[in-house]
Amino acid sequence: MRILVVEDDLEAQRYLVNGLKEAGHIVDDAADGEAGLTLALSHPYDVAIVDRMLPKMDGLNVVAEMREHGNSVPVLFLSALSEVDDRVKGLKAGGDDYLTKPYAFVELLARIDALVRRRAPSTVKTKLIVGDLDLDLLTRIAVRAGQTIDLQPREFRLLEYLMRHAGQVVTRTMLLESVWEYHFDPQTNVIDVHVSRLRAKIDKGFDAPLLHTVRGAGYMIRAN
Amino acid sequence: MERQGGIWRIWSPRILRTQAFRIVLIYLFVFAVSATILVGFTYWNTVRALNTQTDQTIRAETAGLIEQYQRFGFRALDDAIIGRSMRGGQGLYLLADGMGRPVAGNLAEWPRGVVRDGAFIEFDYQRYVQGELVSRRARGQSFLLVGDNFRLLVARDVYEHQLTRKLFTTALPWSVGLMLLFGLIGGAYLSRNFLRRLDTINRTSADIIAGKLTRRVPVGEAGDEFDALAENLNRMLDRIERLMKGMREVVDSVAHDLRTPLNRLRNRLEELQHHTDPDAPFAADIDGAIAETDRLIATFNALLLIAEADAGVARGSMNQIDLAAVVDDVAELYAPLAEEKDIALTVAPSGVTMIEGNRTLIGQALANLIDNAIKYTSAGGHIAVSLGETPAGIVLSVADNGPGIPPADRERVLQRFVRLEKSRNSPGTGLGLSLVDAVARMHEAKLKLDDNAPGLKASIVFPRPPPHKEKRSE
Repeated sequence: MRILVVEDDLEAQRYLVNGLKEAGHIVDDAADGEAGLTLALSHPYDVAIVDRMLPKMDGLNVVAEMREHGNSVPVLFLSALSEVDDRVKGLKAGGDDYLTKPYAFVELLARIDALVRRRAPSTVKTKLIVGDLDLDLLTRIAVRAGQTIDLQPREFRLLEYLMRHAGQVVTRTMLLESVWEYHFDPQTNVIDVHVSRLRAKIDKGFDAPLLHTVRGAGYMIRAN
Repeated sequence: MERQGGIWRIWSPRILRTQAFRIVLIYLFVFAVSATILVGFTYWNTVRALNTQTDQTIRAETAGLIEQYQRFGFRALDDAIIGRSMRGGQGLYLLADGMGRPVAGNLAEWPRGVVRDGAFIEFDYQRYVQGELVSRRARGQSFLLVGDNFRLLVARDVYEHQLTRKLFTTALPWSVGLMLLFGLIGGAYLSRNFLRRLDTINRTSADIIAGKLTRRVPVGEAGDEFDALAENLNRMLDRIERLMKGMREVVDSVAHDLRTPLNRLRNRLEELQHHTDPDAPFAADIDGAIAETDRLIATFNALLLIAEADAGVARGSMNQIDLAAVVDDVAELYAPLAEEKDIALTVAPSGVTMIEGNRTLIGQALANLIDNAIKYTSAGGHIAVSLGETPAGIVLSVADNGPGIPPADRERVLQRFVRLEKSRNSPGTGLGLSLVDAVARMHEAKLKLDDNAPGLKASIVFPRPPPHKEKRSE
């Protein structure tokens, strides 16, 4: 993937660029808003990571300006500002996702993966398939190896989200934000409990597990 | 229509409850009483003066007649009486024999009731006025003429006095009545003015409490005490606005200035972790350092959220939300966790309950309450989440049958970082309830901690939303 990083804190920028490069991406960087906007408008990127507060041109304005020019590259905002109010502002300005500093690098990677995947043009899917697990989005029935699995509505949404991001790491925060649509700190590992219940339903009694825990990051559904 | 409605509102019975109107009423009462006393005293004095004057005249005349009688005898008296009777005017004279039959004078008969001699007495008599016989009042003195067995009555007509008296007795109720009427009208007018100006101030204050920090009380031209009050209020509001703005700036810069180094710290630790063989002897230390950093970040985030809620930063992000949906969502999120601990988590069904709020923050607050309840309730326990409307407002409560909080500590646990002794070793930042309290405050709601006998019942009482926003004509 080709990624644009616009970040004025050079230490943080170095870390981001190194990390992304190590993960196998091609990275361009800019240290202020104007340079960032110029790069964004002149090169085709798969995703842009933009700090919220930048010299010369505010992160919000950079993205608003990009959208103004018809540029629809998915943007992940990084912000060191207070969260409650600012997230809304960031998403309103045209950002696609929002991450508050300090963040875990795996969280960032998982989110940019999800952003790029979301953008990939695909025909409207009515069925999601991972290995021998079929999820019919119309009848809302899950079948594994010919065996119907009884799912609660929320479990269905959880499984759907995981299967839409099959092969990708999905973090707990992403699940809380996408499946429950809340952005708060749940204090306890509530998401883990939900996932382990789902796992009991789709993996128990079958040979190969589909739902995997990725240590220190989150979960991933994939067929071996 | 709108304008009339406004006037009606101002003239409504509310006016009777204003301080200004009460003062006017008290003032009016004192004034009416003192005016009545004053007029009464004047009346009494006037009547007394008039009577004294009459009595003196009568005494002088009597003395003159008696002297005539003593010096020149009965005949001279008779002549004098006839003479004086001819003069007309207010003097009344009657000389009568022992049987009461008139002998001389201008009275037709001895008036009834005049029996005691020597004392002043009032009586009615008949008199022709412009050819008509009318009954008039007189005041006089009678004497027994010793030796001749005759009685003499000297009196004066007091019709004029009666008129004066009547003037007083009719004027008094009228003047007091008019005074009360004008006083009431003046009082109502005064109260209405007070009310109108206070209403403006109250309305502005309400707007400001609702978050419109830029509103100001209009200052009039008159430069009176209300204008002075408005100016002082505005100065105060300027300062509050400045403080709030300052607080937001502090929250923002604290957020930025602490998040940046925390971010670098976490980045470096992650880099270190990434480049370290997981089996290296210090790999576990790095993991531990990252975990501690995350705890630090969680505490910092909670503190910042409290500060944001208090500074009203999130006011701008409030909108209409269905509280019942938030309750269902969050309860559903925690249900499996409760089930794992063998705790029954029940949600009382409720209808759609719309409030003006921030969904994220209310979700966080409710999550903190339920999470606390799950932490402190032992296996086999019960947690009841309910949402209902009461006269006090919309009540969102989480009740458990755990150990509860002793009444003495309930106030204390809302303070930041306070954790009760027995919970010191369980995970958590000690900010959970403070955050709930701050979120409640931001929504103008109140967090109440009550005894659930046994256990804790934590309730957030939201104010009732107004049925619909009142449109104002200004």
